[in-house]
Amino acid sequence: MIRSELIQRISEENPHLYQRDVEKIVSTVFNEIIRAMARGDRVELRGFGAFSTKHRDARTGRNPRTGESVAVDAKAVPFFKAGKGLRERLNEEG
Amino acid sequence: MAGKTLTRMDLSEAVYREVGLSRNESAGLVESVLEHVSDALVRGEQVKISGFGTFSVRQKAERIGRNPKTGEEVPIAPRKVLSFRPSHLMRDRVADAPAPVS
Repeated sequence: MIRSELIQRISEENPHLYQRDVEKIVSTVFNEIIRAMARGDRVELRGFGAFSTKHRDARTGRNPRTGESVAVDAKAVPFFKAGKGLRERLNEEG
Repeated sequence: MAGKTLTRMDLSEAVYREVGLSRNESAGLVESVLEHVSDALVRGEQVKISGFGTFSVRQKAERIGRNPKTGEEVPIAPRKVLSFRPSHLMRDRVADAPAPVS
């Protein structure tokens, strides 16, 4: 499923909403999650999962092609952990 | 602790502000987004949200684990796990996030 299919399904269930509003709802949900993580906040959605950031220290990397050393700055990386409810649903039958 | 924790309520509030539906309906729609994503994953589909990332389900084979306390061997059943690959946009936006003081 891709973003446009998600929007289409929600639109079909909500015939009273304009499609552009549904587009805005979907992008607001995902953008808020990114904005929260960009501030270093965590987003916890019970039953679905939690989005957080993990810190990576600065390190000396290597260009695999040339073998040259390059300084890699410290940074934060996005992290998602699936929630209990979703993990269980994935494993229900079988 | 540097970071706050946001919940469904904060996402609903954002939808309420941005779209101008009632708080109640905004909350219902946030739930609906999460449900559709979950349902697709449970059906075994990959969920690709451009600008956000890709959720996919991976099958893990059975393996032998060990109880670290007792040293006892325990089989770990084959199972499905969810993995998330963030988009470049998300990685870029998150790269400068302040590190939580833990």
